[in-house]
Amino acid sequence: MTDIAARPAPRLFANPWIKAALITAAIVLAAIVGARLDGSGTLYKIVIDPFQQMVSAPDLLAQTIWEGLVSGVLYALIALGFVLIFKASGVFNFAQGIMVVFSALTLVGLYEMGVPAFLAVILTLGVMFLLAVTIERVVLRPLVNQPDIILFMATFGITYFLIGFGESVFGGNPKRMITEQLYLPSGSIDLKILGGLVSLQKIDIAAAIIASIMIAALGLFFQYTRIGRALRAVADSHKAALSVGISLNQIWVIVWFTAGIVALITGIMWGARSDVSFALEIVALKALPVLILGGFTSIPGAIIGGLIIGIGEKMGEFYWGPLIGGGIESWLAYFIALGFLLFRPQGLFGDKIIERI
Amino acid sequence: MFYREAGQYKSTYSADMAVFPLKQDRIGIAVILLLAFVGVPLIGNDFFTTTVMIPFLVFSLAAIGLNILTGYTGLISLGTAAFMGVGAYACYKMTTLFPGVNIIVLILLSGLFSAAIGVLFGLPSLRIKGFYLAVATLAAQFFLQWAFVRVPWLFNYNASGAIEVPLRTVFGVPVTGATATPETRYFVCLCLVVVLTWFASNIVHGRLGRSWMAVRDMDIAAELMGIKLLNAKLTAFAVSSFFCGVAGAMMIFLWYGGGEAADVFNIRLSFNILFMVIIGGLGSLIGSFFGAAFIASLPTILKFGLPAIGIPLAGATAEHVTFMLVGALIIVFLIVEPHGLARLWQIGKQKLRTWPFPY
Repeated sequence: MTDIAARPAPRLFANPWIKAALITAAIVLAAIVGARLDGSGTLYKIVIDPFQQMVSAPDLLAQTIWEGLVSGVLYALIALGFVLIFKASGVFNFAQGIMVVFSALTLVGLYEMGVPAFLAVILTLGVMFLLAVTIERVVLRPLVNQPDIILFMATFGITYFLIGFGESVFGGNPKRMITEQLYLPSGSIDLKILGGLVSLQKIDIAAAIIASIMIAALGLFFQYTRIGRALRAVADSHKAALSVGISLNQIWVIVWFTAGIVALITGIMWGARSDVSFALEIVALKALPVLILGGFTSIPGAIIGGLIIGIGEKMGEFYWGPLIGGGIESWLAYFIALGFLLFRPQGLFGDKIIERI
Repeated sequence: MFYREAGQYKSTYSADMAVFPLKQDRIGIAVILLLAFVGVPLIGNDFFTTTVMIPFLVFSLAAIGLNILTGYTGLISLGTAAFMGVGAYACYKMTTLFPGVNIIVLILLSGLFSAAIGVLFGLPSLRIKGFYLAVATLAAQFFLQWAFVRVPWLFNYNASGAIEVPLRTVFGVPVTGATATPETRYFVCLCLVVVLTWFASNIVHGRLGRSWMAVRDMDIAAELMGIKLLNAKLTAFAVSSFFCGVAGAMMIFLWYGGGEAADVFNIRLSFNILFMVIIGGLGSLIGSFFGAAFIASLPTILKFGLPAIGIPLAGATAEHVTFMLVGALIIVFLIVEPHGLARLWQIGKQKLRTWPFPY
């Protein structure tokens, strides 16, 4: 029997959710009280006015949320590629963004050379497979067992190489994605709801559907196939996987190839919305806050993180951006992610980081 | 044959703990300093000084700054360029507000502003670790880069939105501005880098540096041994940002001589400096110099070196090929020696010690 006095008192703040809820409540309360005190001042513009705008023009709100949702899906797709590779090999693959551009460029480049559209897709998949094999042979295998930061740097090397290679083969000019040839819809649907007009691009709807199908397929693949099980084993522990006879090299090729497929689909979707060029590389950096928000090791995390970042960013830009000069889209995502990280350092869905001495 | 420690006896503890315990090392450092202070200005022309030496010095200082954070304390940062930018803008604001103050003093002072911002963005490092922290520091990079463009107070509301470096003299000699000669700028850079490197060397070999290394090796263990994580991590951020800020001020005032600072201090610069630190060697001051020399000179060497050995390159292709080669070389270097050029240097010295009779 231990003395009851020796037991530590239960701490209310120990639960992160209670803590988060309390702090949020405190902030909201402070904001409302503050807004009461100076009615027409800056506080009013920050905490009251945007919400009034949302209520008075619900169609604009719906449009903003829809746009956020769509860009969120695309961020989530890039983040998905990262997560696949990080889970299976522990490599923080910075080259995922450039793989998206590279695959899209290959597809368009092949089509311009006169290859039929669907054959070009298959050939591009072949190129991505070759890329996966090459990366595994040339980069990963010699660097096995090195610290994480070294592998991270190596993926930087891959990024630079792919930029140089892609530009010297396909040229640096922006290209148009071959949407019609791939039977992707174009144009938009205008919905008359909420007392206004909300326009939905058909390609965005297609992107959302294709992304959902792909995620479901990946989930099934991971859950029910032999290779998927091997992948999960490798993600759990490299050594244990090796000891039961799973070939690490083979798994790595498969994972990088899967990431390549995800990259190609992302590239098609993204290319359909804007041009295919290396400017997309900067957009790929947006996937990073999605990653830390969702956690490096969680596929649902990548999806939900992407949606939170996409919607948060668009709403922030639209309703609060003008207050401080606009253009806040470039960093808002990182601050949203940072805010979540302060409560959960491993991301929303990431594996709990256990540290031992 | 000449590089031997045999016969060099240490009779005091301080001699035993010296940074350069061997006489040959001390001679080597003296020769390098002599070359840098006398040889380069005498032999090199203006082109060499401005396109090779000054960038090398600026990047070395920035790499030392990042190495303190990443190499010694184990916190990965991708916001280096932004902290450099803070230094550049602080220096610009101060020199326009106080035109009479010595510009070299202002360049050093601007590091303090950068250090303050660095501490602010270093606060998440107490909760967040590893790659999560790396991504979190990107927040600093993008936020500050946005601020450099959107806050007109920083560039004195001028129409171009760029830093215009004014003419400033020290003891009657123009140091910054259009009339400053490359030699003067080189000398100022060199003096700053030498002094600050000596400073950094003393910090990392002292109590503070040891506590950083303890945090790097395992922060929980370090905490159990009585190292305050808050102090150790935040001082690392402060000192690192100080060095980066000074490097940034030097970059704009002594190298570029003005320009669109928001474009200069972009994410690619952050990555380049991280490359320098990794290729040079994590946790090594001399490695920072090696890495800076390698990365800063690589594009120049490829640009002028490849045509010289008979590979002709046209403008655009040259750029693409440079990109490819840089990427490939980074991978090759990481495979050959993941511990960086500093480790190669050590191995070389070890071999030299027993040369020519290794057994």
